[in-house]
Formats: sequence, structure tokens, C-alpha cells
Amino acid sequence: MADTFELLRQVKEQGRKVVGVYCNFAPQELILAAGALGFSLCATKEEPIADGEKTLPRNFCPLIKSSYGFAVTDKCPFFLYSDIVIGETTCDGKKKMFELMSGFKTVYVMRLPSSYTDSDSLAIWLKEIVKLKEYLETQLGVEITKENLDKAIATLNVERKMLKELAGLMKNDPVPISGQDMLKLMWGRNFVFDRDEFIEQLQLVIADLNETVAAGQGAFPKGAKRIIVTGVPTGIGSEKVIKIIEDCGAAVVYLDNCSGMKSYETLVETDKPALEAIAEKYLNIPCSCMSPNPTRMQRMVELIDEYSADGVVDITWIGCHTYNVESRVLKSFLKANKDVPFLQIETDYSQGDSEQIKSRVQAFLEMML
Amino acid sequence: MVSRRIVAGVDAGSTAIKISLFDGQKVENFTSPTGWNPGEATRELLREAALSWETGIDDLMYIVGTGYGRVCLNFIHKDLTEITCHARGAKYLFPGARTVIDVGGQDAKAMLITAAGRAEEFIMNDKCAAGTGRFMQIMANRLGMDVADTGHITLDHLDSVCVINSMCTVFAESEVIGLLNRGFSRAAVIHGLIQSAAERIATMAARIGPLPPVVFTGGMAHNLALRQAIERKLGLELIAPEAALYAGALGAALLAWDMADAQNKGE
Repeated sequence: MADTFELLRQVKEQGRKVVGVYCNFAPQELILAAGALGFSLCATKEEPIADGEKTLPRNFCPLIKSSYGFAVTDKCPFFLYSDIVIGETTCDGKKKMFELMSGFKTVYVMRLPSSYTDSDSLAIWLKEIVKLKEYLETQLGVEITKENLDKAIATLNVERKMLKELAGLMKNDPVPISGQDMLKLMWGRNFVFDRDEFIEQLQLVIADLNETVAAGQGAFPKGAKRIIVTGVPTGIGSEKVIKIIEDCGAAVVYLDNCSGMKSYETLVETDKPALEAIAEKYLNIPCSCMSPNPTRMQRMVELIDEYSADGVVDITWIGCHTYNVESRVLKSFLKANKDVPFLQIETDYSQGDSEQIKSRVQAFLEMML
Repeated sequence: MVSRRIVAGVDAGSTAIKISLFDGQKVENFTSPTGWNPGEATRELLREAALSWETGIDDLMYIVGTGYGRVCLNFIHKDLTEITCHARGAKYLFPGARTVIDVGGQDAKAMLITAAGRAEEFIMNDKCAAGTGRFMQIMANRLGMDVADTGHITLDHLDSVCVINSMCTVFAESEVIGLLNRGFSRAAVIHGLIQSAAERIATMAARIGPLPPVVFTGGMAHNLALRQAIERKLGLELIAPEAALYAGALGAALLAWDMADAQNKGE
């Protein structure tokens, strides 16, 4: 991390602006078109939680406590060097956390509607997108031109297509890489300084994995049980459940959560006005903060077929009300539409329950024998 | 000479070790406290069990281990979770069982099982010990009682009823002290504790949609007061087979028999 502090310090010295985001709902095209660097601040490590709990209630989800703990202690270089932090009203915990955070940081909160099925929501969200564009222009002292916006849309669409291609390689049996390595690859996208370089790296990884597939090699033996992981975001430091699944011998073939493929599934359409297309793409991200959230259910049924999954594991953080409730919805939807084994694991960033989770996961896999 | 075909199911639980030996027809169960060294204690009990069947550990055809201690058993052929073993054991103890509720020393679980004795859905308590045998044991000890005796306390023995709200073992203990100071009898407090544990177990079991017949297994299955309290809260009868304590070990032994068979056919 020390290197990252230094790297960011230099970047800032050269006059680059940095915009930190927490959720997938922050439209990255606008940040890119404003010539700023966008980084994810969504925290996945246990270490800062104690600092977060000095201010926040203990029964908040670990993601919010960790994020806030990083923010107040200046231990996250990306937060420290952010000129602006963009938040959205995704859940109550985050909404109120941003309120506290604005006491010591420039925080801009987008009013995210709680539905993508309601016909009025898109117009409200489009207004929020327009407001954010104006805010970024004023705050960063730049103009977001149509040309730059179109370019940003094209760049990020290419990334999404490539990530989809990368994820699609996991349809093979054996899978060319483990779910844990896939997580690391996806995680890397949160901290990209040079987007062209990132695309080149993705091309190399895809070429590499295509060779692995062609050679019939893989991270797990052919025939290993295939698990789709869904639910809350998981990253480096909170990959506990994914590691346990793979330690038990099953392959995590798809990461459906928002730290995985959730926001790469669809593109920003290029045949309509840019801001409208952006509003549409982002509002339709099937996060559990949307109510109802039919896209997540329907897509899961398709994914089970596409990835020949033997089971679905839904990870939910303790204190994440929307994902915890939605686990019931997903469970009954899958039972009615696709009878595959389903397991919810409610946990946090600590290691204290690893053995219990291991028992559950092992029992879950034994059900498939 | 054809040697006798014997398999073992070993359930190294948090509180007690349970072992079942099986030769295709006859079953015998053994138990001993887990103590501080589950690996050694389990090996010793298995050695004694095998000896009483005039054989040795190395001559057992197949050994399946289960329970929390299964990871430290270096003499087993295969480890399987308590879920899989209890499902199979419950089906053996009560053919036709659709639901199993198991309350052991360290955890409580409920599962729906198929006619073949396979788990199709399950739920376990989280990392806290609320509603488990350990919870009752700690509380009983605090009240100077053996956990086994708490099962005889029914409403008939009480002139007052108290409610324990805390599910956490530590907080519940403070609540118990408070109730005793307020003059509630020991029996009334025990009754309150059992209701509290039963509430926790029944609420958990309700989430999988339990279907009759329900088999009650594990170390707490013969605690009458707990069983009746869960029955009332679930609105379902709980069947506690005589060998309820051994459901996991029996399931492990039966699965060991299948695996030994499969191995023979493979050869």
C-alpha cells in the first residue's frame, strides 16, 4: 500500500483529479469523461472495522463499518487522495454513513430510486445523472464534452465485453482458473490508473486462459462441482466463503455479485443520447436495494444453465437487510423455477465462524453427490 | 478364511464421542466423553469397541468420521458432515422420517430428508451456542443441576413462570442471576431456560418447513421438557428414538458400509 500512497501522490502532483466511488451505481463514464481517475472505495478488509465502530453502530454491516473505518483513519490511499467521493442512497446504512462522512470529506450523494420497474424512476435517475455531470464539471473545473463522453462509453463498454468474455471461459469443464483467482482479476479493475493498459492486460489473460482450456487443463479436476456465488460484494479480505467452497473441492464458476459480474452484464447503449443511455444502464443494475428485483432472479436461472451450475451459494453480510431478505426471495424463486441446491451463508469479515461455514458448505456439497 | 466384514461410524462431537459398529446385520453403539483431546479419545473408544467385537482398528473394513472432531481423526477413510450422517441415521432409526431436528453439544440443526435418507435442505445455528446442549449445560451447572435432570421439570412443578429473553449464553446467565435474586424458584428458571432454547430451535426449524414425521436426535433428544416445548412451538410431534444420541454415528456406519461395498465392486 505504501507504493500506492506514493503513486497517487505523484498522480495528484501532475494535476490529475481523483474521484472515489462506493457502489456500481456511480456512472463511471462521467468520471472518465471528466478526465479524472475513478477508484472503488468499497472496503472488504476486517482491520478498519474497529475504527468504524467508534462512530457507527456495531450492528451495521461490515462493509459500511470497514469503509468508514478506512475513511476516518486515512489508511486507504484512494480515499485519502480522492477530491470527491460519490455516494448513492442505496441502503439506509450507507446513506447515513455518507452524512457523517461529509463532515470531513467532499461527498456527493446521488438520490438513487429504489425501483427499476417503476416507470417514474428512470426520469428521476436521469436528473441525478445530469446533476452529477454538472457537479463534476464545476467541482473539477472541466467540461464533459459529448466527444469525451462517447469515448468513455466506448472504452468502458469494451471492458465490459472483455470481462464477460473472461467470465465466459468458466463455462468450460474443467474451469481454467479458480473462482478465487477470478475474484482477484475482477478486484484489480477497482484500481485502474490506465484503462488502455488494463484492456491489454485483460487480452493477455484471456489469451492465456484460452490456451489452458485448449490444453484441457484447469484449476479443478474435470467433473468438480460447480457453484455460482451471488449476494453481497466480496473482495480481497472478505473472500472467506469463496475460499471455503474451493477448499472443499468445488469450483466457483461465476461471481454474480457486484464485485463480480453484476454491472458488466449489460452495456451502455450507443444508439441513444449518452446521458439517457447511462441512466438506463445504471438504474437497471439488479442490486437488492431495488424492490422488487426480478432481474436478479430471472438472470440467475439463466446463469445456472449457461454455467452448468450444481448449486448456488448466496453470501449475505450480517446487517445487510436487503440481501438478507432477498435471500428468501431468491431461494423460493429458484425452488419454483430451477430446482438446484441453494445455500445462504450469513457472515461478516471475521474468521471466527470459518469452521461452521465449512461444515455447512461441505454438507451442501454432499447433498449433490 | 473370510474375515468378518465390519465397518465403523465415528461421531466425534464437541461433548461426547459416539461410535457405531456394523457388520451388515448387527449394530452396536459406544460412547465416551470427548475431553480435551478428541483425536486420542476417539481412537481409544474405537479400539475398545473393536476389541469387544474381537477385532482391531486396522481390520475394520471402512471407517467414516463425522462431528466437529472429524478433522483430527487420522485413522478414518472418509469424513462426512453431521448433516449427511444424521439424515441417514435418522432414516435407519425411524424409516419414513421426513424431518430431523438434532440438538447436540455445540450446535442445533434441522433438515428435510428424502426417502433414501439424504438431506435435501438444512439449516444450522450460527456461531453462537444459543439453543444448544452447551447452553443448557452451562445454565444447569449455574443452578447446581445436571443437564439430564432439567428434562423432568414440567409446568406442574411450578407455582410461578418466568421468561428468559436473552439468547446469548453470557447474557442469559446474568438474567438467571437476576431472576433468582427476585425470588423465582430454580425450577421456574430452568423452565424459562428450556422455553427459551426451544423457541430458538423451533424458529430455526420452521425456516425449512418441517414435515412430519419429525425425528429428534442428538444428546438433548431425551430431554422431555425440551422436546415437549419444541413440539408445542412447532405444532408437530417429535419422535425421539432410543438410540437418538447415536444417529450421527449410525448414519456414518451405514454410509461406511455402502462405501466399502462400492470399493469392493470397484476392485
